[in-house]
Amino acid sequence: MANLFRTSILIFKKDFKSELRTKYVINSLLMFVLVTVSIIKFALGDEKVDNEILTGLLWIVIFFSASNGLSRTFVKEEEKETSSALKLSADSSSIIIGKLIFNLFLTFALNTLILILFILITDYQIKNPTGFFLTVIIGNLGLVSASTIIAAIISKANSKGTLYPVLSFPILIPLLITAINATKLASIGVGTDRLLGEFQILISYSVVVIVASLMLFRYVWED
Amino acid sequence: MSNIEIACHKISKNFSGKIVFENLSFKISSGKSLSIVGRNGSGKSTLIKIIGNLIQPSKGGINIRENNSDIPKENWFLKTGLLSSYLNLYDELTGYENLDFFYKLKSSELNDSSEKIDSLLNDVNLYEKRNEYLKNYSSGMYQRLKIAFALINNPEILLMDEPRSNLDKAGVEIVKKFALNQKKHGILIIATNDDEDKQLCDESINIEDFK
Repeated sequence: MANLFRTSILIFKKDFKSELRTKYVINSLLMFVLVTVSIIKFALGDEKVDNEILTGLLWIVIFFSASNGLSRTFVKEEEKETSSALKLSADSSSIIIGKLIFNLFLTFALNTLILILFILITDYQIKNPTGFFLTVIIGNLGLVSASTIIAAIISKANSKGTLYPVLSFPILIPLLITAINATKLASIGVGTDRLLGEFQILISYSVVVIVASLMLFRYVWED
Repeated sequence: MSNIEIACHKISKNFSGKIVFENLSFKISSGKSLSIVGRNGSGKSTLIKIIGNLIQPSKGGINIRENNSDIPKENWFLKTGLLSSYLNLYDELTGYENLDFFYKLKSSELNDSSEKIDSLLNDVNLYEKRNEYLKNYSSGMYQRLKIAFALINNPEILLMDEPRSNLDKAGVEIVKKFALNQKKHGILIIATNDDEDKQLCDESINIEDFK
């Protein structure tokens, strides 16, 4: 177990160092977020928009920025043909956990930026910050868990770019519906204790997807 | 030193229905070497990838045993080193960083890796270039770093697929030195059409006999 954790962290550190040097994902994601948030601002203008609609828009930005960036972690290994060296050096569980940690780090950094921009350019009110941030954090854990295993699957396909939304959307529907609902409730001031049901669904979803990923990844990773 | 054995039982491989080879069987144990020969496209690299657990056979199976106990397939990577032209390392990392990353992944201990890596880099004549990014390496230097990658964990099984690719005379001598050393303590398998490589090995199989 300690060895699994150690090798997963090594893979995370390698991906982090590679990303800092190549900007393979960060640059395109930053541009995507800036463009999307700007379009929302242009579309809304000075209109007073309900928090419920803004919550929907917020999750649209989060979902599409995730689909734009998270799919690339495995695609990069396949495109640069480094996956064989990785297969020859680490067990499959370390690889999926290492990639998952990297995607979590990337997503939380990105979502912090999205939230700051979103609050700055819209009149988005967060009346229950504890519930809101808990929902975003747990929701993102589920989003990243599912996206990471989907990224591994599509990296083996020929049409990598188009396959991600097609595969991810049906898998992410239960998560997105629950996360959007909980975020909406938290933003209008519903107490954290009344969001526990949503939290349970989001945590269960993440646990199921992570366990399934650990069991299935070996077969996905093998040619 | 433990005794390792590779046993291939009637393995076949086809891609989209096209048979590459079928019913291929062989056994090889520590201290032995095997050359896999055959014309271009005959399936030598495919067989090497199957032995290295990079791809799976369509039929049949392979067992790797250590002191008569089967090694689980997911742990084969701990016993295997592969040198090949289709295997890429990370361009955005330096030669040293690449080897450090792979050494730490394969090593179960938290020993200092610098001594081992420096020694390997010296052996492949890349010590002076250790802090350069791989994207600045020539193809020959890249191939020599791949030799170091293949040997990073002192593998019991060393697989070499066309090991002379992109190498100059000095590089070929390095490959020969490591191949001869591998024969003394482990298993050496070379996919090649080079006569000198074939002569390095005790046994040979022609993959075209299994069509």
